[in-house]
Amino acid sequence: MVTLFGVFLLTLLVITAVGILRAEHLFVAVMLTGIFSLQMAAMFFILDAADVALTEAAVGAGVATVLLLGALALTNDRERPSGIRPWWPLALIAAATLLVIYATFDQPRLGDPDAPVHQHVAPWYLEETPRLIDVPNVVTAILASFRGYDTLGELFVIFTAGIGVLFLLANPSKGGALSLSQSAESQGLRHHLVPRVVGRLVVPFIVLFGLYVQFHGDYGPGGGFQAGALISAGIILYALVEGESMALKALSFRVLAGMIAGGALLYVGVGIAGILLGGNFLDYSVLSADPVAGQHLGILLVEAAVGLTVTGVLLTIFHSFAARDQKS
Amino acid sequence: MEVLLDIISWVLLVSGGAFVFIGGVGALRMPDFYTRMHAASLTDTLGTILVLLGIILQAGFTLSAVKLLAVMVFLLLTAPTAAYALANAARLARLAPERRALDD
Repeated sequence: MVTLFGVFLLTLLVITAVGILRAEHLFVAVMLTGIFSLQMAAMFFILDAADVALTEAAVGAGVATVLLLGALALTNDRERPSGIRPWWPLALIAAATLLVIYATFDQPRLGDPDAPVHQHVAPWYLEETPRLIDVPNVVTAILASFRGYDTLGELFVIFTAGIGVLFLLANPSKGGALSLSQSAESQGLRHHLVPRVVGRLVVPFIVLFGLYVQFHGDYGPGGGFQAGALISAGIILYALVEGESMALKALSFRVLAGMIAGGALLYVGVGIAGILLGGNFLDYSVLSADPVAGQHLGILLVEAAVGLTVTGVLLTIFHSFAARDQKS
Repeated sequence: MEVLLDIISWVLLVSGGAFVFIGGVGALRMPDFYTRMHAASLTDTLGTILVLLGIILQAGFTLSAVKLLAVMVFLLLTAPTAAYALANAARLARLAPERRALDD
């Protein structure tokens, strides 16, 4: 049954991918990208990767689609026809595809316990997580504690992306762009009663669910990345129905910048606190008298740091696009 | 009792699936944007809710049933709103209904 679903979803994925490539209208392409992400999330879920599925659904299908639409509003929504016949790239891709297909013949069966990937460090993680960290969700234990360095790196990638977008799009010297503008466009869908009422009804629950995902990551699928995407999706929805200026009143650029920097600082601070208390960088065991409690505290703080930065960056990108749109 | 629940849930699941299928056929076969959306949106909402009700009956009095119920309530709110927003956007973009659809 799972195989049947898998084949069905993968076929749909290929169809959607071809659709994205062939779509000349960029709006259609963006919408298809969102559908692609949703199918990808379902695929991850079939493969029992609930954490990844949640991330893909929240980021790929949710926030990324909105951000791409925001970018589209600044440019032309039609692809410029290029007369190039891409025969060489096509041949290259075909060759690479054949190579990959050839490589899959040597691949172990899906979920094979004897596969090399399940023989390396995975058994150690599964055995030692209950003793060392004692959280039911091993993914969170690996992500936040065992592989804290990697997550720190990911956080700084997002941090850098946010700073980069701010540098490129936001232009405080011109004034106006970052201040609250009360133009007609910034009023959102205020005069549309239905989306406004339903939006107001739904937004608190989205943010609440985001907080649940944030703080329930130790026990179920979830964590800072997913929560950040969910909370910013809720606030973007608020900005869409109530007008961008209202959303900026709730969370101004100043607060968002503080969230971006504060999250990164908090993560590094937890690491340095570990050094000061006599452990290694990002060693949470020394944060509390009881090593396991220290791990719990460390994971909580680190996940909160990730959530803060992700929310800040996503909302900043959204507001930068929107501010740019109003100026032109 | 078990059998009765199973029968009811199967009826709900199959009719829900049928509604979604009819909606899909309508979205493909209808002549213009508004009629297509009409076909897709109404049947989609009803179909999904029927399917979810069917699954709730299968889940019984568990936490999953509560979660499914929450999903159902949200779909009941958001799906018609999305359809409204879509139709409204089309109207604002001055997309005219096809003449043929009006004459028939």
